[in-house]
Amino acid sequence: MFIVELGRGLWVVLRSMFEKPVTYQYPEVKRPVRPRFKGRHNLHRYDNGLEKCIGCSLCAAACPSDAIFVESAENTDEERYSPGERYASTYEINMLRCIFCGYCEDACPTEAIVLGDNYELSFYDRRQAIYTKEMLIMPVPPGGKPTPQKVEPGKFNRSIPVMENPKD
Amino acid sequence: MTAAQIIEYVIKSALILIVMTAGFAYVTYYERKALARMQTRIGPNRAGPWGLLQPVADGVKLIFKEEFVPKNADKILFMLAPVITVVPALIITAVVPWGRVISLFGYDIHLYLANVNVAILYLSAIASISVYGIVLAGWSSNNKYAMMGGIRSTAQMISYELSLGLSLVSVTLLAGSMSLVDIVEAQGAHGFFGWIVWNLEQPLGFILFLIAGMAETNRAPFDMPEAEQELTAGYHTEYSGMKFAMFYMSEYIKIIAISMIASTLFLGGYLGPFISQFPWLGPIYLFIKTMIMIFIFIWVRATFPRFRYDRLMAFGWKVLLPLGFLNMLIAGVITVARGG
Repeated sequence: MFIVELGRGLWVVLRSMFEKPVTYQYPEVKRPVRPRFKGRHNLHRYDNGLEKCIGCSLCAAACPSDAIFVESAENTDEERYSPGERYASTYEINMLRCIFCGYCEDACPTEAIVLGDNYELSFYDRRQAIYTKEMLIMPVPPGGKPTPQKVEPGKFNRSIPVMENPKD
Repeated sequence: MTAAQIIEYVIKSALILIVMTAGFAYVTYYERKALARMQTRIGPNRAGPWGLLQPVADGVKLIFKEEFVPKNADKILFMLAPVITVVPALIITAVVPWGRVISLFGYDIHLYLANVNVAILYLSAIASISVYGIVLAGWSSNNKYAMMGGIRSTAQMISYELSLGLSLVSVTLLAGSMSLVDIVEAQGAHGFFGWIVWNLEQPLGFILFLIAGMAETNRAPFDMPEAEQELTAGYHTEYSGMKFAMFYMSEYIKIIAISMIASTLFLGGYLGPFISQFPWLGPIYLFIKTMIMIFIFIWVRATFPRFRYDRLMAFGWKVLLPLGFLNMLIAGVITVARGG
């Protein structure tokens, strides 16, 4: 009987009125992201404050949408940014081009670039969409020193990253 | 007619207009909140406490929108159509009583604007005028979608007005009067039991009125004239700003009006417990019943998808109309058997 079916439909709607709303009150309450969520990129540092990025441009090469621009410069022991010979003097990601595929993260030999959980990427003009190194780099960890650091010679002449399998 | 009476009528008319327009604003809020809860959302809650200022924000937005008139539109009719739609919606509730008599400043005030002895005729006459506004809006826009919407609304009105009229006929038969005051009092003549008998004597009347009323107000599942998926926005496709707001207003005021009429005709109107001792409870009872009716409108909108156009016609002519005649027959037989 179709009258019964109509009644059942009405009942389903009425019942759903007393369920808990699924809405997140967005700017105040943020929905937690998944552990491997691919959001805005972060450039990581070592515990002593040196940058992991060695300016190799492998991320820029891997990027399918050509969103990353890297320019590298030489490190010295007087002014050391990262272990090894070179560091990224310019590191820019155009967030309008980025498709958040994570290939840059896969390509990175030192695990410097990691996609984080920030998804609030909105801008008023195109220039703001270009995220510079200052915006992407993580803050100096406690106990570390900001870059450039003056280090003892011969200690940081190679970048030897500790690569671990993901734990989540 | 004394000066005091004129002032009384002016105040009552102003009160109806204010209540209907303010009611329109908050029915939109009510609908958005209730629909949101039915879809397990929260609904508007940003403008003011619990989003209560949302209708105000919407109104301000619509006032500041550009008033756009299409180049090839019939300018005069284009301007006139929203007015023709909204005025009948505003004046239709003039005959609906909100209570009995209250004493104020040593002066007996009847809680109705007009106790017309042909109130039922007035209702059906005024209710059909607003369709002219919709058809003219569709036609004067010079837009094919608007035209389709207008034509659909005419066809729908003609089909459903008949069933609406038939359910009104059975009410008139049972009450023996066309005055809404008499109809309400006839429901309350034998207490709560009498009211149940009232609805048993016309078993399909309420349902028929509800379905036809939904079609009359162009509400889902009968929102053919403004079927978004097929006709962009139907008859008000070309309207913007306050002219659009007036169509919106008439739709919601018609919902209030149909809900008030339905509660008056079938739910006992202003009657309720202790109405004889405290006559000012009348408007409160009517308000509560109207709110319940509006809730049913929203509930049905949230549940059912739109009818297909030919099914809509088939349903109106082949199902509702015979049921309306059957209902009228039952009411008539009962009236004759009672010796009325």
